[in-house]
Amino acid sequence: MVKVIQLLIYGLQVGSIYALLATGYTLIYGIIKMINLAHADFMMLGAFVSLFLYTGLAGSGSPMWLIILIVLLTMGIVGMLGVLVERIAYKPLRQRPALSSLVAAVGVSMFIQNFLRCIPAVGPSPRAYPAMFTSANITIGGVSISGIQIIVILVSVVLMILMQLLVTKTTIGKQMVATSCDKDASALMGINVNKVISITFCIGSALAAICGILYSSVYPSIHVYMAATIGNKAFISAVLGGIGNTKGAVLGGLLLGIIEVFLQSFNSSVSYGVSFVILIVILLYKPAGLLGTVEMEKV
Amino acid sequence: MTKLKVEKLCVSYGAINAVRDVDFQVEEGEIVALIGANGAGKTSILRTISGLEKAKSGSIIFEGKEIVRQKAHITAANGIAHVPEGRRIFTTLSVLDNLMLAAHQRKDAKAVKEDLENVYNVFPRLKERHAQPGGTLSGGEQQMLAVGRALMTTSPLVLLDEPSMGLAPLVVEEIFAVIRRINEQGRTVLLVEQNAQMALSTANRAYVLETGMVTKSGDAKELLKDPSIREAYLGC
Repeated sequence: MVKVIQLLIYGLQVGSIYALLATGYTLIYGIIKMINLAHADFMMLGAFVSLFLYTGLAGSGSPMWLIILIVLLTMGIVGMLGVLVERIAYKPLRQRPALSSLVAAVGVSMFIQNFLRCIPAVGPSPRAYPAMFTSANITIGGVSISGIQIIVILVSVVLMILMQLLVTKTTIGKQMVATSCDKDASALMGINVNKVISITFCIGSALAAICGILYSSVYPSIHVYMAATIGNKAFISAVLGGIGNTKGAVLGGLLLGIIEVFLQSFNSSVSYGVSFVILIVILLYKPAGLLGTVEMEKV
Repeated sequence: MTKLKVEKLCVSYGAINAVRDVDFQVEEGEIVALIGANGAGKTSILRTISGLEKAKSGSIIFEGKEIVRQKAHITAANGIAHVPEGRRIFTTLSVLDNLMLAAHQRKDAKAVKEDLENVYNVFPRLKERHAQPGGTLSGGEQQMLAVGRALMTTSPLVLLDEPSMGLAPLVVEEIFAVIRRINEQGRTVLLVEQNAQMALSTANRAYVLETGMVTKSGDAKELLKDPSIREAYLGC
């Protein structure tokens, strides 16, 4: 029983990182019907930006408010980079066939990785990520939880609740839903579609950035290609939950994380393959994902 | 006073000229209809007025101001409500959210509430279904919602694109009664219709479009009696 709870907590930690990243995939897909294959690279950008900010502004033993400031600054910077990438690489292709922007996204991903690789301050080799969050382990009845695990799960839960509130309760959230539904009709309602798309990229990239901070705090070695595997898994989570559906992304992420961790405890090398098996099985029975709906048009 | 003046408007999609040198105008308080067959360029004209399409050349003057090539969301905010072809409601948002989004830029919360009551008054069925997602409504109800969205704005000019399309005759009657009511409440209406009978009996004036050009125009009641119009568009 202790082991099950231990694994569950570990699964939640892995899953909430998937869920955060998957939310970005799903938000961006929802709004412009494009798989942003470069999305996970914003997570890597988040890791590096926060590393530089931390080295520049803080150091070990810095007060909590400074760390929070660094996290917020990182989210802001990476969010703006997301907006920039959309404007430069995706917006000109918006009226073109979907394949064009997909290829553009692959290009953006390669560009971000290799551009950073040639900057001397980043470079090709892995770098150590500082322990920004002081982590004291807690042990309850034999189950040990590290401080960083608590932070990862808590921050993710708070962010996911905020995202749900944003999408369902606020005007900008409803504008996002409207834009994702029908861009022409949204413009006719006086909604500035380009602005809504920019905001969506900003939010998605900022979520990826904080994801990078959390992930690197757990696995403190970062490099320019770090996002590949986790990006794939987050994408699977988004499709699993029903791409375009933010609740689905959270559900898919948590589910995938927990299942993976439990499988890893039996055999550590099967987990990556298993994510794909789960994906295939679920899509066979629910083609639109767990919470996705197959769209039908009324004539 | 002239509400809307379109001059020498040309719209093309690649090599295809959908609208060629179209001139027409809408006076304040009028209902003006553009009628014509499928592909005559009616929808392209409305989409260009509201900024969804870019004009190749020509001018569109709304309330004395040039608006050709103005972005759609700015035109919408500046007083032209466009009820697009095929309703185009937000299927995943509730009926109420659909209506409130149309009013999202208005600061006068009290007047917005009054307008919402007005919409519910005109279309009681929307009130019954206010919490339902727009996509679950029937075709007629979706058209009511699309018209209702226009009523949630303060726009003095309403563009209606094929409001009768795909609807049962009784529902069509209902929608046109509402169009007359909107007009009586002080809004100017520009109506595009394939249903020439309905359009001509509702409008004050009309323009007949054929392959992107205006071929006839005049008083709607006169056009309704015109033998060539009766033959081409009314089938008698």
